[in-house]
Amino acid sequence: MSAPRLAQDDGVEELPPDIAAKARALLFSLVRPHLPMAVLLLVIVVLTSATLVIGPIFIADALDTGIPQAVAGDPTALTRAITLFVASAVASAVLAFTATRLVGITAQKIIFTLRQRVFTHVQRLDLGYHEKSTSGRLVSRQTSDMESVQQFLSYSLFETALALLQMVFIAITLIVLDVPLAIVVFAGFIPLFFITKAAHQTQRGAYRRTRTSIAKVIVHFVETMGGIRAVQAYRRQPDRRGTLREQDSAYRDANTDALRGVAWFAGWTRLVGNVTQTVIIVVGAWLVIEGWTQIGVLAAFILYLRRFYGPLDELVQSFNLYQSASAALEKIAAVLDTDPGVPAPAQPTPLPAHTGAGGTAGAAAAVAVGTEGSAASATGRSIDLTDVRFAYADGPDVLPRFDLTIPAGQIVALVGATGAGKSTLVKLVTRFYDPSEGTVSLDGVDLRDLDDAELRSSVVMVTQESFLFAGTIADNIRIGNPEASDAEVVAAAEAVGLDPYIRRLPDGYDTDVKKRGGRLSSGQRQLVSFARVFLADPDVVVLDEATAHLDIPSERLVQKALATVLEGRTAIIIAHRLSTVEIADRVLVMDAGRIVEDGTPEELIAGTGRFAQLHRAWRDTLV
Amino acid sequence: MFVRPLLRFWPDLRARIGIYLVVLVLTLLANGIQLIVPVITGYIIDGPITSGDLSGLWLPVLGVLGIGIAEAVALWARRMIVAPVVSTWEIRWRARLFDRLQYTSVAIHDSWESGQLLSRATNDLSQLRRFFAFGLPFLLATPIVIIVGTIMLTVLQPVFGLIMLVMAVPTILAVAMFERRYRETSRQSQDAVGEITTDVEESIQGIRILKSFGRSPWAAERFSVLSRKFQRLEVRKAKLDSWFWSVLILLPTLAQAAIVGIGTFGVVQGWTTIGTVVAGVTISMVLRMPIEMLGFLLADAIMSITAAGRYWEVIDIRHDITDAAGGIDDDPDVGRHRGELVFDDVDFHFSDTDRLTLAGLDLTIEPGQTLALVGTTGSGKTTLASLVPRLQDVTGGAVRIDGVDIRDLPVNELRHLVSVSFEDPILFSASVRDNVVMGAPGSDDDAVWQALEITAANDFVSRLPEGLDTQVGEQGLSLSGGQRQRLALARAVIGKPRILVLDDPLSAVDVDTEDRVQLKLREILPDSTTLIIAHRPSTAALADVVAVLDEGRIVAQGTHEELLETSPLYRELMGAGMQATASARGEGATASAGNRPTEGGPA
Repeated sequence: MSAPRLAQDDGVEELPPDIAAKARALLFSLVRPHLPMAVLLLVIVVLTSATLVIGPIFIADALDTGIPQAVAGDPTALTRAITLFVASAVASAVLAFTATRLVGITAQKIIFTLRQRVFTHVQRLDLGYHEKSTSGRLVSRQTSDMESVQQFLSYSLFETALALLQMVFIAITLIVLDVPLAIVVFAGFIPLFFITKAAHQTQRGAYRRTRTSIAKVIVHFVETMGGIRAVQAYRRQPDRRGTLREQDSAYRDANTDALRGVAWFAGWTRLVGNVTQTVIIVVGAWLVIEGWTQIGVLAAFILYLRRFYGPLDELVQSFNLYQSASAALEKIAAVLDTDPGVPAPAQPTPLPAHTGAGGTAGAAAAVAVGTEGSAASATGRSIDLTDVRFAYADGPDVLPRFDLTIPAGQIVALVGATGAGKSTLVKLVTRFYDPSEGTVSLDGVDLRDLDDAELRSSVVMVTQESFLFAGTIADNIRIGNPEASDAEVVAAAEAVGLDPYIRRLPDGYDTDVKKRGGRLSSGQRQLVSFARVFLADPDVVVLDEATAHLDIPSERLVQKALATVLEGRTAIIIAHRLSTVEIADRVLVMDAGRIVEDGTPEELIAGTGRFAQLHRAWRDTLV
Repeated sequence: MFVRPLLRFWPDLRARIGIYLVVLVLTLLANGIQLIVPVITGYIIDGPITSGDLSGLWLPVLGVLGIGIAEAVALWARRMIVAPVVSTWEIRWRARLFDRLQYTSVAIHDSWESGQLLSRATNDLSQLRRFFAFGLPFLLATPIVIIVGTIMLTVLQPVFGLIMLVMAVPTILAVAMFERRYRETSRQSQDAVGEITTDVEESIQGIRILKSFGRSPWAAERFSVLSRKFQRLEVRKAKLDSWFWSVLILLPTLAQAAIVGIGTFGVVQGWTTIGTVVAGVTISMVLRMPIEMLGFLLADAIMSITAAGRYWEVIDIRHDITDAAGGIDDDPDVGRHRGELVFDDVDFHFSDTDRLTLAGLDLTIEPGQTLALVGTTGSGKTTLASLVPRLQDVTGGAVRIDGVDIRDLPVNELRHLVSVSFEDPILFSASVRDNVVMGAPGSDDDAVWQALEITAANDFVSRLPEGLDTQVGEQGLSLSGGQRQRLALARAVIGKPRILVLDDPLSAVDVDTEDRVQLKLREILPDSTTLIIAHRPSTAALADVVAVLDEGRIVAQGTHEELLETSPLYRELMGAGMQATASARGEGATASAGNRPTEGGPA
């Protein structure tokens, strides 16, 4: 720990070179489960475009045949044409109705899946990743990037298909109506192709910049609001404002560029459409005058042209939403593509069954019963660190090669100056990190072969920071064991001395920790952490500075409870207050990543080593 | 009126009204211009084509071409012009929101879910940006286009105009039905985005706990409930959309059918021509797009009203901790102060409860004195500390510095005088130097090193890969707890503040180091009035005076030794008589004294 790593945010932000392909693959994998729905939607798209295309045909029919015949006294053709036209209108309304719903439902299903997938993957990523990345960055993946994807899925995927298909239909109709005129229309596609190609290139870059810059803004926002106490106490407001302005300016510029890119794209597309329309009128008029085509055909042609280029605007829009969404998807794909660092085993090995008679009778039960721990509940497991060496990436060794065996049921105190490597060691035992070399095993099973759920139910760590999640206090204690009954929750709170405080809160155990009266002091939050351990009932307990915020009487109360609960369990305790050592069987003193002393407290205190000194110093501070 | 949240953006709009009007006109132009094309087309069909006069074709065709080019240019120009305007608005609104929140008191911050603030600053503002770029101009232009189209139809043939008017009735009815339900759903949905954001933030910030307990599946389940809720609301919106859109697709088509039918009847009867019917149908065809678009525009407008409402809710947050004149001056003049800190009959309760956290608390700290405040967990120590820099305000009595009620000082003069170190160290994503210098902007490296030396952080900082330039990550996560605390403490002591408030600043540091830090503090900052919250006897012993906080008031005060004599509570807090060393588990341990209250465990 002596050389902490840099916060390499920019490194985290870098996208792998093949990310565009990965984003596409991600999109495809999301859409694939909905293929039957996609087929259904495709049918609806076909039908919708058919009705949209066919409408003008009936009108042309009405104008060309219906009216002359009606004038001549026979309204049958006209009535038929109009009836069909209305029928097609009703059909297209019904189809639009159905499609809107189905698209909404499907798009939301996809978004739900994607959100969930990102969430679980982020949870799986190792602590190393989280320490390098900022929460704001991951929040931006789940919020603004997700919004971008959602916009595309709900507004564009269907529209794009519809627009394309409609154009195909209209193209066919145009050919049927009049080949020479149709050729004029198709000629317009040559410039459109080049316009689209150019837009693809410029817009891609612009949208990537918007995604990156808004993520920075979000990171800054989250950090400022999260540290608002320091911001206000140190009068950082002008400074924070300046940074926001700087980052937001980058976002504004990127956004302006992207929007202006759309302006060019849309403008050119419209121009091509309009020029084509003019050419059609000229050529069409000429053909009609020459008698090669009928007025109705020309009228229909002009109507179709509107319908033909109308979708083009739609496509321009969709194209841009797609660009924006794919830039966002790239960011999301990069998160999903990150290696979890501590990978799950392909073939998990189960832990051997407990040998003790008591089995996992439960700490909470023991607590509920009283203080006299029953000797039968031996549930500890042995921990072996063999040939272990640890370094971050290619950095220097944080923990040089060492061996350590902690027998089942032993309580070990880990002592040493800040940065001696204590936290790193316990992070190996809890598999927050994997060792660079060697193995860490629990009852002989390599942690890397253990199923995560089994590992976590067996080994639990409490850290100095005690985070509370939105919800009630009972919910927060239940993080230790979601299945715990109310009585067990109360028993756990009583055991650590948290119960009296909770009783004083407006709604007791049901008080929302983030709302009305739910403010807990840091000491009380630590008690919540302990209560969680009591519910979790693990084989191995790791406490990393878990009592730092407690006053001495509270700490003693916790220790008393711990003494009961740790009976028979394996425990590793890091604490600067040596009072903790009182309950330890063994003390390890660490310095610069090495274990320099190892023995029972009595042995070490009696000796002349570092621990003896520390202990004397500590005793002197007592009264 | 429910559009009020949008109307409140008028000052921003007015400031750029010239350019926005140009945008509006261009929108109208781009949308309306195509209405003319059918008229010309009708003229071409009835005129040159019918009469076979090719030469008569050129003028109207040039017109069509000119209009086509004009339309494309208008489209291009509108987007070009509006892009920087709305992008600038978005970031200006965000800056306003950000600034409002920066000066909002901590108590109010705590009452907001963090995600609700972030979602307002991002999702809602990008919704508003889109609305002002497209939604609003189109919402204003589209009805005009429809009206003009209807007038053109009327001029062309009054009966056609009448048909359009008849069709407007069910459209308006549909809008009325749709609006309220859509508004409610949209509000719920946007609130759900905030909840999702909060949950994502928590699940990342609490990742160690989730991992420690293997509760990631539990968190994922929790998250899925929220995202399921959002999904449901969005689907409900889609269903409302589906009703509205199908109506808006159907009605203009029916109008078209009526025009053809009745038009033909007119041709038969001789009161209109085929050319007129063609023109009429074409105009109504052009009108279909704007009418269909109305559905989208209204939905967009409603979402924007919701977004605007959510934005103003934050902007309207009352600032309760301000300078006497209101507002907070960023850089007020700082007068000379001796640094006497007095709590005078201070009451404090949180805004949502009557239960007093601090009740009639009196405490005086002389200039230059160091007072250690001790008390049980939850006795109100942190609350007391937060009153000094006015992160919270007293609800009764007063805190005075040199006899002046701190509420009469400019907030930032006070915060200049008072330096705080929090129990949860807050480091920002910046270099070590920047993080420390925050305490006294403008300090040079010597001052930084001195501060680091006081807090015994110089050793590890000098071993950092880039020394003072080393970036410490978000909340300094890549440093250990003790290292973070010492950097945060260095920030508090740099610049030798008049008053130091240290809330359990070294809880994660070993006793040895803590002692060193304390001695340094006294040596280098002898003139700073110091309030230090402590748990350890060693800390208390080094203070000039110790005060014991219990149940919201000071129950004992004196030197460490005095209190050990006189205060049973203090003795208990200091673990007096409990120095029983060795192991409670080890047989024959040197356990002394029988007054140990924690005689549990295996005997």
